[in-house]
Amino acid sequence: MANKLISQMGLPKSIANVFAARSIITAKDALSLTEFELMELLDVGLAEVTLALAHISEISSPPYQTALSLLEYRIQNEYLAGHLPTQLKGLDAALCGGIPFGVVTELVGPAGIGKTQFCLKLALLASLPSTYGGLDGSVIYIDVESKFSSKRMIEMGFKSFPEILHMEGMAKEMAGRILVLQPASLTEFTESLQQLKVSILQHHVKLLIIDSMAALISGENGQGPPRQHALGWHISFIKSLAEFSRIPVVVTNQVRSQGRDEASRYSFQVQNRTKFPEDLSSFDSHLVAALGIQWAHAVSIRLVLESRSGQRFIKISKSSISPPMAFLFNITASGIFLLDDDGVEMMGPEINAIHCQGHSGTVNFDT
Amino acid sequence: MEVSSLPISASQRGKLISSGYTSLSSLSSVSPSRLAQDLKISENEALEILKVASRRSGLDITDIGACAIVNGAQTAWDILHEEESSVRITTSCSDLDDILGGGINCKEVTEVGGVPGIGKTQLGIQLAINVQIPADYGGLEGKAVYIDTEGSFMVERAFQIAEACIEDMQEYNSFLRKDFQACQNRKDPKDFLDNIFYFRICSYTEQIAVINYLEKFVSEHKDVKAVVIDSITFHFRQDFEDMALRTRLLGGMALKLMKLAKTFNLAVILLNQVTTKYSEGSFQLTLALGDSWSHACTNRVILYWNGNERYAHIDKSPSMRAASAPYAVTGRGIRNCASNSKRVKMM
Repeated sequence: MANKLISQMGLPKSIANVFAARSIITAKDALSLTEFELMELLDVGLAEVTLALAHISEISSPPYQTALSLLEYRIQNEYLAGHLPTQLKGLDAALCGGIPFGVVTELVGPAGIGKTQFCLKLALLASLPSTYGGLDGSVIYIDVESKFSSKRMIEMGFKSFPEILHMEGMAKEMAGRILVLQPASLTEFTESLQQLKVSILQHHVKLLIIDSMAALISGENGQGPPRQHALGWHISFIKSLAEFSRIPVVVTNQVRSQGRDEASRYSFQVQNRTKFPEDLSSFDSHLVAALGIQWAHAVSIRLVLESRSGQRFIKISKSSISPPMAFLFNITASGIFLLDDDGVEMMGPEINAIHCQGHSGTVNFDT
Repeated sequence: MEVSSLPISASQRGKLISSGYTSLSSLSSVSPSRLAQDLKISENEALEILKVASRRSGLDITDIGACAIVNGAQTAWDILHEEESSVRITTSCSDLDDILGGGINCKEVTEVGGVPGIGKTQLGIQLAINVQIPADYGGLEGKAVYIDTEGSFMVERAFQIAEACIEDMQEYNSFLRKDFQACQNRKDPKDFLDNIFYFRICSYTEQIAVINYLEKFVSEHKDVKAVVIDSITFHFRQDFEDMALRTRLLGGMALKLMKLAKTFNLAVILLNQVTTKYSEGSFQLTLALGDSWSHACTNRVILYWNGNERYAHIDKSPSMRAASAPYAVTGRGIRNCASNSKRVKMM
């Protein structure tokens, strides 16, 4: 929409020519200037500029939909109203059916907690035939940390869906649907993202996984503000990719320890510091998500995986649809599973805390 | 009055001044053909200039009206009456409504900011539903425009909130009115969804275009009473190199939104993200888009965590005092914080 040509918008010839003569070709060129700058540049009166701008704006603004038509479209056209079930009953119920299509879902947690295990499971699920609750499509798995293990994934498949994978040639077909990319640098990653845009639509891709986003940045830059800016383009690109192809996008994020001067208060809170005794709970958890606040704003759903006194929890930390629930989980040979489907609702900033107390860091095979 | 204040193009203004027409009075007695000769322009063009000039000087003359010394002005007394009769959109949380003076004010631009996951989008959806509460229940019976820049609008969530809103209205009916007639014509959540006009924006150009277009859109859909922009920040945070340009564009946008709020008597709610800022020796959280943006809206509400509760703080408002109030995000939407009936807590 932004790159629509002004000459094709049906403006009166005289004014359209003036725009063209000053090489204001697209709607973006025109709308990036204020009305007064345009008056100066085009040498026409205010009335004409306002009229022309109103016309350009009308044509280049996207059409509206009512929320109702949006809902009806989703129910009619998409499998399970646009969700990829995780096959973890409690979590699916809380997320209204699973990982939603069209938005970015993030998994955050300390090393060894099971983020990659979760991703492998999701990849497997998306490639399953739809009769077994899968999406029956290809999966693109961007493996930045080189942690992808086909062996582990197939093992998971044999344990959790033995009836499917024991079928002749099924294991090969399913594994053949999962395309793994291993970019070595941010530039390489950027390139493959751009190529993805086309191939997602061509190849019936139903899930995009990026494991992990944080590794890309920590490899290139040091600490500090450039970290946020380096990903600015990627954030909006990945979001729009999810949106336009209507597929679920799952990214993982690492944790880092919270710096001492980390901001967590507004200036008006600091002034009243005497009134609020220092929040002791905030000193318990020194971990924060590795990518900063700008990234956190951009993800639509954030799932935190954490461990407390040796028990692993998965929490819905940010979601505009689900209540903040926490579920106890474990990882076995068949992959991640919930110990308790009811979950507990959390209160307060506990939702955002990331704990890391004594989990083994390896897959628990004895259960 | 000087010629330089006329809304005409720069070259015409230049020609006027170089030919000696510096004040409006100098233009008042000149004929179009004479002006055309002097300025070496076509007669039509000269006529246009004279029209603009006479419109401008006409304003000066008719200004000797009864109440207004300056055209378009209102006395403070009139404004007081207007303010008293102005309508507000409830947030469904009475504590929050109290500090806001009854809800989100129409005719004003209100900015709401907070950390990720605090409930900005929730509040946005809640307001888009609440603006539709029928007049019988003290609502505005309006419609809402939802401009989504981030793709975070969840239609399923809007459906839940609409359902809860209808339940609340029925409860109100059965307790206070015993009016079975009204119970009969219950609304369907789908009616609520049908009255939310949803724009999905994918670049800052589109954002500017939609905001320009809103004026026309709202004049075609007069019952739109709330415009929610979720969030104002997203595209302006990613795509900019030239910060001065960003400030100019944001300023222009803010002015248009204010004008929209005033002309159509509707509430504009802008959701904003937070960023960190270094001041007085430490990093602090602050709303994004910088200091000059913070002048752009009339009211500014910051959502934050206070202990285990979500709080809203009025950071800036010309009429309300700085205050904080707790609120809760429940399955039914934004509600009062039920601190006395705590649910199962973790740990």
